[in-house]
Amino acid sequence: MSENTHLHEEPSYLVDTGKRKGILAWLTTIDHKRIALLYLWSIMVFFIVGGILGETMRTELYKPGQQFYGPQTYNAIFTLHGLIMIFLIVIPGLTVVFGNFVMPIMIGANDVAFPRLNLFTWYLYILGAAIVVVSQFTGDGPPDTGWTFYAPYSTQTPLLPWAIYATAWIQILATPVIGITLLMIIAERTFHIGFFDPALGGDPVLYQHLFWIYSHPAVYIMILPAMGVITEIIPTFCQKQIYGYKAIAISSLAIAGVGYFVWGHHMFTSGMSKEAIWLFSILTFLVAVPSAIKVFNWVATMYKGSIDLKPPLLYAIAFIFLFMIGGFTGLVQGALATDIQVHDTAFIVAHFHYIIFGGVGFAFLGAIHYWYPKMFGRMYSNRIANIAWGFLFAGFNLLYFPQFIIGLEGMPRRYFDYLPQFTTAQQISTWGGYILAIGMIIMIVNLFRKKGEKATANPWGGKTLEWTLPSPPPMENFTTPPVVPEKPYNYD
Amino acid sequence: MVDSEVKHITGYPVYGKVLIVLLVLTILTIVIPSLNLTAATVLIALLLASTKAGIVMTYFMHLKMENLLLRILVIMVLGIYASVILLTFADYVFR
Repeated sequence: MSENTHLHEEPSYLVDTGKRKGILAWLTTIDHKRIALLYLWSIMVFFIVGGILGETMRTELYKPGQQFYGPQTYNAIFTLHGLIMIFLIVIPGLTVVFGNFVMPIMIGANDVAFPRLNLFTWYLYILGAAIVVVSQFTGDGPPDTGWTFYAPYSTQTPLLPWAIYATAWIQILATPVIGITLLMIIAERTFHIGFFDPALGGDPVLYQHLFWIYSHPAVYIMILPAMGVITEIIPTFCQKQIYGYKAIAISSLAIAGVGYFVWGHHMFTSGMSKEAIWLFSILTFLVAVPSAIKVFNWVATMYKGSIDLKPPLLYAIAFIFLFMIGGFTGLVQGALATDIQVHDTAFIVAHFHYIIFGGVGFAFLGAIHYWYPKMFGRMYSNRIANIAWGFLFAGFNLLYFPQFIIGLEGMPRRYFDYLPQFTTAQQISTWGGYILAIGMIIMIVNLFRKKGEKATANPWGGKTLEWTLPSPPPMENFTTPPVVPEKPYNYD
Repeated sequence: MVDSEVKHITGYPVYGKVLIVLLVLTILTIVIPSLNLTAATVLIALLLASTKAGIVMTYFMHLKMENLLLRILVIMVLGIYASVILLTFADYVFR
């Protein structure tokens, strides 16, 4: 594929070529690459805010008892941290940034199908984010409840579009459920129709069902594009054909399919019938199978490959390691007997962050380091990127692994205070959080210091269509429709 | 629908009949809960709602004129929603 280049003299998408210039040109752009960057900047701002909130929580938990804010503030801060991180970053994150930037190019398109609608979604996203933040400061003060409030052209397409395709199915099928649930809450509060409130004859467990019918598939909305990114990075940095193309594509669809039916495993201790628990437990174990197929195929792709430990591959390997820990500990919760022991403990906090930050987060960072030369036309320092990765990997594990241990020992989650025997583990966690923050700062400075050398069209030796375009690509990508004569990842 | 595809025009009499059927089913939806059929009420209400949604998709949303792949996709989605409802009731029926 890489021999079929599309290098031409069109100005890059970063240059204002229309009537409008500067920030106005960006705010009215319908180019998928610019819209991807609008999302990237927005997500980075939210991430910094959410990250600072998380670090204050770790500082508060450094010692037993109150340090510098009280329990009500702690509850409000972990709720806002969860809302920002889940709804404003990890659910949209990979799809809106890399799905927007890379996927149209990978399938040989000049833009997405509805470019104006694409821009409109960014405005909706910003509006929604503003409402989320403003709502924290209206009514009776901030809530303290916790966050629990596109198609492939052919089989020749790379595997990231398959992952995003599977994600799109979940988004379309699951999102209306949360919308309907919100309408039901409005009807209950406004017209006193009893859906969830026992005082009105409603059933609070029904709210839990409806919330998790959306929110568990939302976990797959987060992780499937991440898996797609890892599937792109590994063949490039091993210079080897992907092992099991069809198995990876089908497993994405299988995760999307089975993952839709496992929501009940969040409710094992909520008073569900034992028959329902039995069913949801089996379905939860089933969804581990396609995930394991992907991990096997990634490792098999690396086997006997020309492994080049550049930053994107380091993030991909870290993803596999952390995702496996998160995945296996997920099975502990998928089994009813062990779930009762660890439910609502710090074990859940550790499992969740190993999947969402260790999985989705590290894949996002891997994606930024992989497509950064294509997005901005510059290289970053590999050495500094490797150092940042080291801090992030070490900090992450120091931060979250102790939570597995104290969780098993009985440390409940979402608690402002704790017993003295948990102090050492909590302090290791807090130091891990600070090391993680240092890694983030090094990584951001390295990526955005504007000193990197100019990137060539294909700095990593990739085989997918985006590497046939100049770095950065021109406004409408291809001057002539690309012809794809061979399968993707053909390194033989 | 793509421009090159054949355009289908459905006459007003068909839409009129569909409207009458939908109105009858709506009246039934309102009447059934007052008959005190206990647990069967929910099942009948779901069947009536599904039938109304099916008629709307078939005629008003032109699914009747669409190709087989699209129909299969719609049936698949309905199957997923049916499974979601079944799984939810695996809790409520046995609780």
